[in-house]
Amino acid sequence: MIATTQQLFLQGNDLSCIRDDKVLFAGLNFALYSGQVLLLEGKNGSGKTSLLRILCGFREPDAGQVRWCGEAVNDSQFYAQMAYVGHLDGIKKELTVLENLKMALALSKPGRYTIESALDKVHLAGFDDALVQTLSAGQKRRLSLARLLITDNQLWILDEPFTSLDKQGIALIETLMIEHVVKGGMIILTSHHDIDLHDVDVQRINLS
Amino acid sequence: MSLSRAFFAIIRRDLVLALRRRSEMVNPLLFFILVITLFPLGIGAQPKLLQAIAPGIIWVSALLAAMLSLDSLFRSDFDDGSLEQILLSPHPTSVLVLGKIIAHWLVTGLPLLLVAPLLAVFLGMPDSALRVLLLTLLLGTPVLSLIGAIGVALTIGLRRGGMILSLLVLPLYVPVLIFAGNAVEMAGSGLPVDAQISILIAILLMALVLAPLPVAAALKMSIS
Repeated sequence: MIATTQQLFLQGNDLSCIRDDKVLFAGLNFALYSGQVLLLEGKNGSGKTSLLRILCGFREPDAGQVRWCGEAVNDSQFYAQMAYVGHLDGIKKELTVLENLKMALALSKPGRYTIESALDKVHLAGFDDALVQTLSAGQKRRLSLARLLITDNQLWILDEPFTSLDKQGIALIETLMIEHVVKGGMIILTSHHDIDLHDVDVQRINLS
Repeated sequence: MSLSRAFFAIIRRDLVLALRRRSEMVNPLLFFILVITLFPLGIGAQPKLLQAIAPGIIWVSALLAAMLSLDSLFRSDFDDGSLEQILLSPHPTSVLVLGKIIAHWLVTGLPLLLVAPLLAVFLGMPDSALRVLLLTLLLGTPVLSLIGAIGVALTIGLRRGGMILSLLVLPLYVPVLIFAGNAVEMAGSGLPVDAQISILIAILLMALVLAPLPVAAALKMSIS
């Protein structure tokens, strides 16, 4: 409710991350406003995933802080307005496609798409009652991305969203990402693939 | 986005999952039955002795069966990333994990309760103790799941957490074992057991309120 009337933004102030006595990054500052994409680049092990996990609140930054609309993340509406798809799909292989999405919906607020239209969007229509363990890796990936569509969220945090997707899959997700950003959403992602987000305001942070 | 909907959705999801991978549900139960049936074979033809130690046998077996089932509480959610999604939910994590713990008890604790009368008769337990045995199991096994959940949440991130888990959790199970075992024994000799039952109720209520908070905190720590 507050989300629609007010300009949303995510700030990282002076963030640093130390892992096994190695400084991955230090003094990192950024601000991301609605309608923008933040692309994290860097070598393997440069701390891209660590930064995403700090932004999700799974890790505490070793210095600095993350702020959502000017407030500390834990005091704000942040968790009601973000969605995360990480290395792990976060879907249960013993449940059907529909059961998985219903669970995701129960944990959050219903969003722009219904379950049927979201499945249609990610080309999984007709798989409603298929057990997830019968799906291919790419289909599982698309299912976990469908979660972004059915829940109400402004910020997508995506860790290598294109893993195990084919060319059409990548193009599809790019289209969905552009659609999300054009409607005022924001996206933070890491990717080894060259992504093609034309007409979109992309910030890049190189961590290495 | 109502909290109760999320709470019941988690319980339902975990029950469906338990139905689809039955071994998780059957293993602790089978273990419970096997251990108890081995005692008469080991002790030999001494029904009096067996009858005397029956409460202890049943409760220790229940404790070990509960230990055995603990790992499945968060393991698969941790491995496939569902736990991350639960922690990212805007709902309070402690309520959601309480849902998981309740589902876990329904799947692994409740079946013990259902076979216990049969095993009690098998061990020659007097009828007067049977009712109290069921009551203590009803009050005690949820405590095992609740306290165990703290231990699992703390050790889930470790590669070989099994040993540490038992060291961590078993001492905390001891009060339940003492009061429940004692209640069943006293009931067998026809003595009143109100005090023990009251203490078990108190332990259960306290665990129900207090356990989910450290579980949620420990899960957050384990996932980082």
